[in-house]
Amino acid sequence: MKKDYSKLWTLFRSMFVLSACTFGGGFVIVSLMKKKFVEELKWLEEDEMLDVTAITQSAPGPLPVNASVIIGYRMAGVVGSLTAILGTILPPMIIISVISVFYEQFRTNPYIATALQVMRAGVAAVIFDVVINLAANVFKTKRALYIGMMIIAFIATYLLDVSAMIVILTCLGIGLIDLVLTLRKKKKEVV
Amino acid sequence: MLLLKLFFAFIQVGLFSVGGGYAAIPLIQEQIVNIYGMMTLEEFSDLITVAEMTPGPISINSATFVGMRIAGIPGVLICSIGCIIPSFCICLTLAHFYYKYRSVSGVQIVLGSLRPAVVALIASAGASILMLGLFQAELKEVVLGNIRYVELGIFVIALWILRKYKVSAISIILGSGIVGTIIYALLGAV
Repeated sequence: MKKDYSKLWTLFRSMFVLSACTFGGGFVIVSLMKKKFVEELKWLEEDEMLDVTAITQSAPGPLPVNASVIIGYRMAGVVGSLTAILGTILPPMIIISVISVFYEQFRTNPYIATALQVMRAGVAAVIFDVVINLAANVFKTKRALYIGMMIIAFIATYLLDVSAMIVILTCLGIGLIDLVLTLRKKKKEVV
Repeated sequence: MLLLKLFFAFIQVGLFSVGGGYAAIPLIQEQIVNIYGMMTLEEFSDLITVAEMTPGPISINSATFVGMRIAGIPGVLICSIGCIIPSFCICLTLAHFYYKYRSVSGVQIVLGSLRPAVVALIASAGASILMLGLFQAELKEVVLGNIRYVELGIFVIALWILRKYKVSAISIILGSGIVGTIIYALLGAV
């Protein structure tokens, strides 16, 4: 893998800004990372970003930190990982340290509460934008298996509260079966 | 000694919080409130409010908040580092193997079936946040009459801008916060 240290500053800055502006959970930051690293900077391929997301979801620890370890490693090895982690954890560390001192004023300020509430609409728009692109690509594969899995996985997680971990493991199982079937098919073709 | 205790407590939090930020909260409660008695339950519920209201991963937010309350800046550093050490080691190993074997066609087939699942998980997170934004409620408690029109308008316009022009996600998020607050202030609803 080619290591490119010239990208370290951009990597740090991108992670810092994403982390500072990400409200509400790991998949929000994954959507933002996809927009930044796949669409804007073109450092990663879309499939790669999805793979990284699956890996980060399966490993323990905070999702954004996991994702920055892997993306950092991809760009510049271990140094890249450390750079990306630093960018990800500095904003919450600074913000929370300040807030824990002014906690009462922060919690009771009506403007902050309103801004946080309306910002959810903006966050939802960003995620939907990313999901539209991603889902379009799944449909483009024209594999009924993948399209079906996507729809069922959505119903399972959103409507039936099945945990993300179980969805990933189930799909991993389906992937392994798919692999075995594909290998068998190839063997027959050879014979 | 206190710092060392905090450090090992948060290594455990980092190691066992599988599957997103909310999984970390009961673990932190167990370590900090139940086992070590370093915080009261009330302080702990403050922590959850702050962690949810501020940007960044919930477990890092909590680690910082706990560290600051118990031991100041050194506490912040110790707790956060403890929290990410397991992630760092495990994900670095996984990343190494992923990039080594990614181009193998068998691995591609397996990964191919994980991708639709990931798209669904992201979509599900988006749908939850949209419901919270439009109704201030989870899907099961949604009452259609309670829809918040300002948020609905912001969502539609933001999505339209994102599809039509190349704007950064950050400017959309911050912009919707600012515009929305101004609208509510003008309506006299703040």
